[in-house]
Amino acid sequence: MGEKQFKGQALSWQVQGGVIELALHRAPCNELGSLSLAELEQFASALDNLEKNAHALIIHSELKPGFCAGADLRELYEQSQAMETSKAVQGVRDFLERIHRVLNRIDAASLTTIAAVHGVTFGGGFELALVCDLIIADKMARFCFPELRLGLIPGFGGIPRLKRDVGNAVVRDLLLTGRSFNATKAQQIGLVSQVVAEGEALRAARATTAQIGKFDRQTAVVAKQFIKPVPLDELRKEIDMFCELFSRPAVQAGLKKFVESTEAQPYLP
Amino acid sequence: METAEKTLDEILTLAAAHFKVPREKLSPDEDFFKALGIDSLQTLDLLTKLENHFRVELPDYELQGVTDFRTLAARIQARL
Repeated sequence: MGEKQFKGQALSWQVQGGVIELALHRAPCNELGSLSLAELEQFASALDNLEKNAHALIIHSELKPGFCAGADLRELYEQSQAMETSKAVQGVRDFLERIHRVLNRIDAASLTTIAAVHGVTFGGGFELALVCDLIIADKMARFCFPELRLGLIPGFGGIPRLKRDVGNAVVRDLLLTGRSFNATKAQQIGLVSQVVAEGEALRAARATTAQIGKFDRQTAVVAKQFIKPVPLDELRKEIDMFCELFSRPAVQAGLKKFVESTEAQPYLP
Repeated sequence: METAEKTLDEILTLAAAHFKVPREKLSPDEDFFKALGIDSLQTLDLLTKLENHFRVELPDYELQGVTDFRTLAARIQARL
């Protein structure tokens, strides 16, 4: 398979009619760990060529539970248990540096990008959606930043990107309460551009890319660069803050509690 | 303004339909996790269904520890 088509263990992509479709399909709910990151890096590398002949990118999930449940906390917990704290923190920093490079690349792509989301769109999954220019949600989508339950802040660019899109009060609400919002609420606060019926997000995203394709590409690129700068300084600061917090014993306790939880709402403390 | 009993009845009907459980097998004071056989991700589905149906916001933490339909109905009723 060439760069125009890829089928991996965590994600796949294909290009048709100038639209790149990136599909996530790692069970149970597209948790982002080392495997997903490696394949996302392959996608980011392929983008250099893909975007020359495309006008739009759609990111969506093929799995029923949702778009993405966030970082793979089991992998994070197991890996950090197997080494001393300083090495674990360095490992986390390396992972964050890599995923930030990928997300920054997609954020600044010369394409109009759409996250077509449904179901669970939590933590790192929410952060992946925030990279996109538009979010189209089916009415069963839920958004949440549950990181504070672990003694952490979002680490994949969540706060700077959410702050770029909505008011500071909304960021504080999501972050400091750890509660989840449904799609209707997300649209009310200006985060989601369209709410559609269950199972219709991908279809609506495809219809939107058809509209986007009618515009002059260079004009769209200039408009995007003008209105959607990548908040690089804050993203850098976020990595430092995350790593500083990660070194505390409370985080290991929080991860252990989550991994071993049988609670109905394990994302709550 | 819906009555508490009507709210409860609507929750039972909605949960039965969404999770394909016979309505008559659900009772108000029953543990809905067991009755519906749902996991944490499906619990979020139920929360979203209820919010969409009743057009309310239900912060997750208000439902923490709630396991029976009657208490769930009371939480929703308080936001109608």
